[in-house]
Amino acid sequence: MTTGRDLPKPHFTDAEAGAQEFPDSTARRFNYYTPQKRKQTHYEDVTVEVQPDPRHYLAQGWLYGFSDGRGGYPLDWTALKAWGSDRPEPKRYPGSGGKGYDWPATGWHEFRDPNEEWELTFYRYNSNVVRQLNQNIDAARQSKAFEQWNRNWVTFVERHLGAWMHVDHGLGLYLFANANRRAPTNMHNNAISVNSMHRIRAAQDLALYNLTLSEEVPDFDGAAHIETWNSDPAWQGVRKVAEQLTGIDDWCEAIFAANVIFEPLVGELFRSGLVQQAAPRNGDFVTPTVIGAEEYDYAERDLRYTTAMFVLLTNDREFADHNKALLQQWLSTWVPRAIDAARTLQPIWSQPDSKPPRFEDGLDRAKSRFSGILSDLGLETPKELAQ
Amino acid sequence: MAKAHQKIQELSWEPQYHEPVAQYGTDYTFEKSQKKDPLKQVLRSYFPMQEEKDHRVYGASDGAIRGNMFRQVQERWLEWQKLFLSIIPLPEVSAARAMPLLFRTVPNPELHNGQAIQMIDEVRHSTIQQNLKRLYMNNYIDPAGFNNSLRNFHNDYCGTIGRQFAEGFITGDAITAASIYLTIVAETAFTNTLFVAMPAEAAANGDYLLPTVFHSVQSDESRHISNGYATLLMALADEGNHQLLERDLRYAWWNNHRVVDAAIGTFIEYGTKDRRKDRESYAEMWRRWIYDDYYRSYLVPLEKYGLVIPHDLIEEAWNQIWNKGYVHEVAQFFATGWLANYWRIDPMTDTDFEWFEYKYPGWYDKYGKWWENYNRLSTPNGHHPIVAENVDYVYPHRCWTCMVPCLVREDMVIDEIDGQVRTYCHEMCRWTDVEAFRPTYQGRSTPNMGKLIGNREWETLYHGWNWADVVSDMGYVRDDGKTMVAQPHLNLDDPKKMWTLDHLRKMGPVLSPNVILNEMTPEERVAFKADYNRQGPAGRPAPVDA
Repeated sequence: MTTGRDLPKPHFTDAEAGAQEFPDSTARRFNYYTPQKRKQTHYEDVTVEVQPDPRHYLAQGWLYGFSDGRGGYPLDWTALKAWGSDRPEPKRYPGSGGKGYDWPATGWHEFRDPNEEWELTFYRYNSNVVRQLNQNIDAARQSKAFEQWNRNWVTFVERHLGAWMHVDHGLGLYLFANANRRAPTNMHNNAISVNSMHRIRAAQDLALYNLTLSEEVPDFDGAAHIETWNSDPAWQGVRKVAEQLTGIDDWCEAIFAANVIFEPLVGELFRSGLVQQAAPRNGDFVTPTVIGAEEYDYAERDLRYTTAMFVLLTNDREFADHNKALLQQWLSTWVPRAIDAARTLQPIWSQPDSKPPRFEDGLDRAKSRFSGILSDLGLETPKELAQ
Repeated sequence: MAKAHQKIQELSWEPQYHEPVAQYGTDYTFEKSQKKDPLKQVLRSYFPMQEEKDHRVYGASDGAIRGNMFRQVQERWLEWQKLFLSIIPLPEVSAARAMPLLFRTVPNPELHNGQAIQMIDEVRHSTIQQNLKRLYMNNYIDPAGFNNSLRNFHNDYCGTIGRQFAEGFITGDAITAASIYLTIVAETAFTNTLFVAMPAEAAANGDYLLPTVFHSVQSDESRHISNGYATLLMALADEGNHQLLERDLRYAWWNNHRVVDAAIGTFIEYGTKDRRKDRESYAEMWRRWIYDDYYRSYLVPLEKYGLVIPHDLIEEAWNQIWNKGYVHEVAQFFATGWLANYWRIDPMTDTDFEWFEYKYPGWYDKYGKWWENYNRLSTPNGHHPIVAENVDYVYPHRCWTCMVPCLVREDMVIDEIDGQVRTYCHEMCRWTDVEAFRPTYQGRSTPNMGKLIGNREWETLYHGWNWADVVSDMGYVRDDGKTMVAQPHLNLDDPKKMWTLDHLRKMGPVLSPNVILNEMTPEERVAFKADYNRQGPAGRPAPVDA
């Protein structure tokens, strides 16, 4: 035995659940919120109520404010409203007690991310994506798959596929990551931050794919995407609207314009309507797996939480009409911008040797998909979609 | 990997048509210049790395349950986790929310990649910590206090102490909040005591899950520190920022000391059963982790770049901990007000006394008698809870700024500001409210500086209330409708030893020290302050003049 070492000694304390019976000895669930369904989920337990609200439990209110004296997460950072939003914050004063309204106090707290994202799910999902992509690209490299690409397709990938990484990066950071400071509940902000990382990962997936191609494909210009994004006229419509999206102040408008309008009308049109269709015809079976990962992020994850978020608002028991009117206005503003961007991009449809389906057919499919999303949300297709 | 990292630098672009929205302001100015991403993290490797860290954490969690860890966990320790784990997920997620404050204010897109990764790291920390709390609730003998954790945290005065460590990240001047307070001080200095020193103490108390989770968290923090460092160097490059940097470092250092040392110091010193003489005290840990590692190795070398280091405040924080018993005073206050909390506080024993006396010579003369009284009054026996008994303790006034009470009585100062007479625990806390958090600072316009807001004194909300109604209003009652969540002992075996609302009903009302202070005449206030400053240590009344 080593001498001179003084170690803590284990003590048997019998401090495990069930060792004794006393008041609360079996009360083993978080009791400060109501679950969405009958039973509390693991996701809800690690997410709900982490971000406080002075309308229910936060008795002493926010403690630090901006220079205008407002702290926390003001509800008017969006013009949309959930029930209870117009009730004033409970007043606290000497002898007032600490109670606010009964939980949840506003409809905002009813939102749950249907993807149930928290750290465990989030890292598992994204690790799987990057591992699978690495394997796909490695397999392609080893089987010399890139040698099958014709010259025009190489140019298409280096320029146009490359340009899309900038959209992902810009929206990931300056729209989605930015919005994670804005929403009134932890459920919203966590879902938005996960969305942000999907986009930033997708941007990096494309950049690193581009790096591999620079190493594998003779004369592949790894920097062409920068020039394309900066000055190719076909991309300037997309760029304009992407920049405009990052300029939105209202966090709901930002998420809505990006995920409900821009993504189906521009993002999916480009990814599924063009890249996925054109690649195989031009000898490329690798790019669809890269861009397909992003398509899954959007179609199966990000659109899913977005729909759940806005369905609550369009069916809100107090503000459904107010919200629908505002969302219709946002549709009238953003649909023409998205359609303009899509149409400006049209010339790139003709660049591959083997042509994808016609732009107009792709746009029609995108519009039809978009109308379906609006219908799920209880919104009307705006007349501007006909442009 | 270097090539991959180089490649993703191509993703940044400057807007040509529309500027991104500017929602946060700063009084700092930054020169736009080419910078390097300090994190050098590519998501292709980041996600699998984090997933692997998760495997280890969740594997250990399974192991703890299968290996019956809770048969060996010290209740004294786990009870304080009811407070700590109610607080910490909010600071974590607030750090995530803070990252966008830097996007527009620090105009170097190369830094934004690191900030986005920090954002999602912080979401990780918040949910992994909530998960740990859930595991404790499900497997530890007494789930009360874990089961209503977030309601408790939001309506308890202890929550306000902890929330500064969150709200300070996300409001006010963007650089003050998200850079200086969050990364330069909170993460670089104080996460050492939070996430390294405290888990070591957990392990010594039979809990190896806290170290598993928090060391995993800390491995991310070390990356965040480089985010803060990069921004700090950029701020230093502009002479005009030096005055603001000096202000913010003083505020952030002092506030972190007041808040973190209060809480973590108490957990480590009063939440442990490990009384080996050669285990480090909080003061010794502080000296190592904060004074040597942070102050001497990190801060002092920055002096050559023009950073004005608050040497005086570093020494004063040490003076508070070592000479003025700051941690002991706080622990005593928590125990005085046990009935307004949501965890059980174990009385100190002779073994504890001996250890305190060994580590802090003179401790027994100051605090020993009071803790003996705490032990004597811990089970109901016709007397009131200790706060309403005569044990030579004057209930303290609350500090308007840090919201820890003014416990080192000689340091308490008063000021009248915004139409209200306020007490502060120290001149530095007065300075924070009256001078730093204002739209002008030393004659310089600081329009973006934040404000201290809210109802900053818990007692005021309950002024004139019966204690039983206070505890009911806050919801700190067990499922029989009368037994309190909090108890000043760890006995669960005998219902007669547990305090109920019926016991509290017999007490006098809660009185807000601040309401009473504001009702005094100016002369009475002068006398009050003179008396208060002569009180202590250990909250003793001022000596009666001969």
